[in-house]
Amino acid sequence: MKTNFNDEIVKKFALVTIIWGIVGMLVGVIIAAQMAWPALNFDLPFLTFSRLRPLHTNAVIFAFGGNALIGTSFYVVYKTCKANLFAPKLASFVFWGYQLVIVAAVFTLPFGYTQSREYAELIWPIDIFLTIVWIAYAVVFFGTITKRKEKHIYVANWFYAAFIITIALLHIVNNLQIPVNWHLSYSIYPGAVDALVQWWYGHNAVGFFLTAGFLGMMYYFIPKQAGRPVYSYRLSIVHFWALISSYMWAGPHHLHYTSLPDWAQSLGMVFSLILLAPSWGGMINGIMTLSGAWHKLRDDPIIKLLIVSLSFYGMSTFEGPMMAIKTVNALSHYTDWTIGHVHSGALGWVALMTIGSLYVLIPKLWGKKGMYSTDLINVHFWVATLGIVLYIASMWIAGVMQGLMWRDINADGTVVYSFAETVKATYPYYIARFLGGVMFLGGMFIMLYNVIKTISAKNTNEEVVGEAA
Amino acid sequence: MKHHIIEKNIGLMGVLIAIVISFAGLVEIVPLMFQASVVEAHPNLKPYTALQLAGRDIYISEGCYNCHSQNIRPFVDETLRYGHYSQANEFVYDRPFQWGSKRTGPDLHRVGGKFSDDWHETHLLDPRSVVPESNMPGYPWLAEQMVDAEQVDAGMRVLKDWFDHPYTQEQLANAKADVEGKTKMQALIAYLQVLGTAIPRSYK
Repeated sequence: MKTNFNDEIVKKFALVTIIWGIVGMLVGVIIAAQMAWPALNFDLPFLTFSRLRPLHTNAVIFAFGGNALIGTSFYVVYKTCKANLFAPKLASFVFWGYQLVIVAAVFTLPFGYTQSREYAELIWPIDIFLTIVWIAYAVVFFGTITKRKEKHIYVANWFYAAFIITIALLHIVNNLQIPVNWHLSYSIYPGAVDALVQWWYGHNAVGFFLTAGFLGMMYYFIPKQAGRPVYSYRLSIVHFWALISSYMWAGPHHLHYTSLPDWAQSLGMVFSLILLAPSWGGMINGIMTLSGAWHKLRDDPIIKLLIVSLSFYGMSTFEGPMMAIKTVNALSHYTDWTIGHVHSGALGWVALMTIGSLYVLIPKLWGKKGMYSTDLINVHFWVATLGIVLYIASMWIAGVMQGLMWRDINADGTVVYSFAETVKATYPYYIARFLGGVMFLGGMFIMLYNVIKTISAKNTNEEVVGEAA
Repeated sequence: MKHHIIEKNIGLMGVLIAIVISFAGLVEIVPLMFQASVVEAHPNLKPYTALQLAGRDIYISEGCYNCHSQNIRPFVDETLRYGHYSQANEFVYDRPFQWGSKRTGPDLHRVGGKFSDDWHETHLLDPRSVVPESNMPGYPWLAEQMVDAEQVDAGMRVLKDWFDHPYTQEQLANAKADVEGKTKMQALIAYLQVLGTAIPRSYK
């Protein structure tokens, strides 16, 4: 089995993606349990919900999603450019530096060292180190593109490029702080301005980290596994530029009806609605790539994972613009509906795309014909999909119920329900959501087992799943 | 279509990406920094005292924003339940903002003065002793840990020197003494009790 640096570094990223995925989702399951059974906080500071929830979000977005993105981008860029990765030592630094950031998060967030700005909780020294790692990542990625032996830059790389550039801008602008001591810092933006900067960042962490980056993954692994070219070249051009230019405007929809001035809210709402078109452009381009090979949906569970992922992408990018309409948002904001929406994107789109891509990638990296067990992939697919459905359905119901209970007014002009009554009514849905999360996490363990068996298999084994060359 | 020119030139592609992603921030965020109703303080708003600021740092450190919003929307039910809707000029001393995005618990923007200090302490030690339906964690360690006076002192100076929060020389000089011997619980309650008090809670 021939090995080269390019594959070796991608292998590392692939393995830590699974490990951090399990860690991040396990923390998610723990905090879901705490919401249903608050005694599980145990009065211990580092096990308390409010300290663990940022660990969950950071772990699944930046550790699970981030390692998947960096790893696959290295793989895709070296394959499609037919060139070795630029500056291998720097690429190794990116790997170890990024893991160090994650470990630093694990040793700060649960211990109360946080900025308490959503998805940007990491304290300022870690932010500075992450900036250095990110610049190194950009050098490796763009350096490899400049060394390419193909004239055209493949479409997946456009998306990865936009993701890398934009995340750098968002991370730096959002984290402009004045340090007070080694862990505390105060934002340079006052109140309402800070709110908009933060959600400009927060929404585009979704738009560029969890969308553009994963579309890059989609544009390589779906055509690869389906053995078909991308459906429409023209559509990829149009939806790429439309997506990256309109996403950046949509942040204010996280602040509807708050003290943010109306003009900014309205601008955010309009661009959120526009965003539906380029989002669906990506979904259509991905799903239609299967045209002429629809039978693979029946035969190949990896294709099933990838296509269901795109379907969840389509659903959540429809739901998102709807929730960005001010009248709908008036009901949904501050409720568990938002949590359901996020997880339809995070589990349905991001996690299933990562899982499907890893099932394509891992046998190739370790020189096997396919994964150890196709049946286990199928089981993983069903456990994960049903888990997602249970999760998002319970959060939809809980969210709409909370919104309706909060706004219910008696004939005499008093509120019908106390806040505590709305909490009490939500418990059954918190339990259902916990079970959905447990199912999804269970699927990850099935994957881990399948991956270990695949890697450790002596001979290239019986199952042939990832056959596409 | 002339897109093949961009597709063959990564430098050009990178520059074009940087240009198209820059507009939104320039149009949405930059004007906000100059909008008076957003950046000028409400006439009744005071910068946080040393103890309140220490409490705010604890609110941030514990991650209260994960379950509590601090922004009341201009809806009848919200103003009935929480008080007068929130205005941008009440938050100019908030760095970072703590508006939150989820109400697992109630909004806290106008919680100031709504409950007694004793109620807050009992509630923070064991939430279900006063609200049986609550799923909030207890924070008993706050009553045992002391405020970091050095941090409060340094924090107030950053706010004064960098952001011109209107602290008097006396306030700065007394910062450490004001929080000496105070528990984190006392500081957090002092912060909660001042929240949203620049405008009367009652809705008119």
